[in-house]
Amino acid sequence: MLRFIIRRLLVTIPTILVVITITWGLIKLAPGNFYSGEKRLPPAIEKSIREKYGLDKPWYQQYGKTMWGIIRHGDFGTSLRFEGQSVNAIIRRSLPVSAAVGILAYLLALIVGITAGSIAALKQNSRWDYASMTLAMLGISVPNFVLGPILVLVFSLSLYWLPPSRWGGFPSRNLILPIITLSAIYMAYIARLARAGMLEVLRSDYIRTARAKGLSEKDVVIKHALRGGLMPVISYTGPALAFLLTGTVVVERIFALPGLGNYFIQASLNRDEPLIIGIVAFIAITLLLMNLLVDVAYAYLDPRVRY
Amino acid sequence: MTPDPNLLHATPETAITEGEFVRGTSLWRDAWRRLLKNKLAVFGLVVVALITISSLIGPTVIKRATGFTPDYIPTNDTSLIKSFPPFTGPNGEFSWTHPMGTDNAGRDQLARVLQGGQISLFVGIISTFVSLLIGVSYGAIAGYVGGRLDNIMMRLVDVLYSLPYVIVVIVLLSMFRSQTARGQLVLLFVALGSVSWLTMARIVRGQVLSLKNQEFVMAAKATGVSTPRIIFRHLVPNTLGPVIVYATLTIPQIMLTEAFLSFLGFGVQAPLASWGSLASDGIQNIAIFPWQLIFPGVTMALTLFSLNFLGDGLRDALDPQMRTT
Repeated sequence: MLRFIIRRLLVTIPTILVVITITWGLIKLAPGNFYSGEKRLPPAIEKSIREKYGLDKPWYQQYGKTMWGIIRHGDFGTSLRFEGQSVNAIIRRSLPVSAAVGILAYLLALIVGITAGSIAALKQNSRWDYASMTLAMLGISVPNFVLGPILVLVFSLSLYWLPPSRWGGFPSRNLILPIITLSAIYMAYIARLARAGMLEVLRSDYIRTARAKGLSEKDVVIKHALRGGLMPVISYTGPALAFLLTGTVVVERIFALPGLGNYFIQASLNRDEPLIIGIVAFIAITLLLMNLLVDVAYAYLDPRVRY
Repeated sequence: MTPDPNLLHATPETAITEGEFVRGTSLWRDAWRRLLKNKLAVFGLVVVALITISSLIGPTVIKRATGFTPDYIPTNDTSLIKSFPPFTGPNGEFSWTHPMGTDNAGRDQLARVLQGGQISLFVGIISTFVSLLIGVSYGAIAGYVGGRLDNIMMRLVDVLYSLPYVIVVIVLLSMFRSQTARGQLVLLFVALGSVSWLTMARIVRGQVLSLKNQEFVMAAKATGVSTPRIIFRHLVPNTLGPVIVYATLTIPQIMLTEAFLSFLGFGVQAPLASWGSLASDGIQNIAIFPWQLIFPGVTMALTLFSLNFLGDGLRDALDPQMRTT
């Protein structure tokens, strides 16, 4: 197990460096510069800007400087548009917002999705099954940028129950709508996966054995079936996290939350190079570590998996 | 061995004449019949067909009927408010001219939603095609050649899987932002197609692995057929079933990603519009003119819903073994 983790970490580190390099390369290959706007700058000013940001140096020195800062000090530099703020400080400040919304949304999706999916599987072809699977299909099909505004229209602008947007600190009513908006699609996927997994397991021999030896239906489902039936849900966690991160981008945009995603969009639109690289790298690191964690959990839960 | 006619005609359902059997269309026919039995899949098929047809001919029909094109901004209208609610004329009276109302420049919303549908469907189909080309070739080569090459190729897929590719696509689209709307559209095809082939590659590889040791491949090898020809003429056509199923399910995914990118302002650029960019325009006035978001949004949701049901139905029809009763 330890060997597996070490081996995976050894793959993860080069992957992160490759992601940073690709991002850096895309930015450098793109035409124009962060300072180029509608008007051409006077040559003297352009020259001094290039000197200030080290753009007068050859590309490999610029690349080396960026990478060295990241590897040696974990420092992504200073934002070009949010002047005087380091990228690290921006990430530190915006991460709690994204993490709060993302983690709560995923937990909600897990709880509702697993419950709905398991009930659908246990009562296959019943009204419950059809209702929850149709709802799940709706959840997959309604884009979150449609669902979010509709929820706002109903619950904020018509019923006046919940605030329509903005960040209001950690436990606050402002979080309810963003969390529901973000979790809908994962809820739907998880419900479908849980149903398929449970259906397969419920037909297997060991469940028949458990029933045959006289266990109560509750014990059969909770102690035996769920553990095997939820494996697809666990292996979906990796990709789900990747999509969750991109989902937060839209949700933060709709609800005007000062999270990582919102900063990332602003950075991309403003061509704020250090901030783009910083956020992409941070997201890549988080994702890869989460994937590793999921694999370890998978091996722990499924005794058939060996590394 | 000649097929036993009694076996062929075992059940009345499969009773077909000998001549038809020789044409060898029974797999597809069988699948088609199973598809037609699935009510939800038929619903999906009908809705997708209706939306596709109305997107294609709708703008022309509206132009003939009311004189409105997706880009037409009425200039003789002196009122300050350009956003009319659905079925409402300039003076607040009932009117059939704008069944979906108008946008904040006074353009007919129905015409715009239909034109947006053209772009959304177009992006979905073309990008899926790009991802098919890459995914099928990649998976087939990895699966057929096998060995170390397969190992390296699939490890690469694993690594790419765990990357935040939408984030990289956003960087790509924002950095290389094209000056023309058409240029941005082409960039979108390439970007979406080149990140969505991973699952396709895995599926095709799995299929090829199970096919490559069968007799017909051995026969092809024995008669001296070249490796590329074996892969693309003998193996790939046999993976068609799962490939079609997965492609049908890829279209809504790509359409969703496109809408997401356009919503954030990185995708389709004006004067072109897609459902995502229409929703993005609509959200700005959601409190006052909610129909500007709801119509493109609901049309898109309905299309994705139908495509997903159609894809699920196709999977059940083409691959009866995978069916969960």
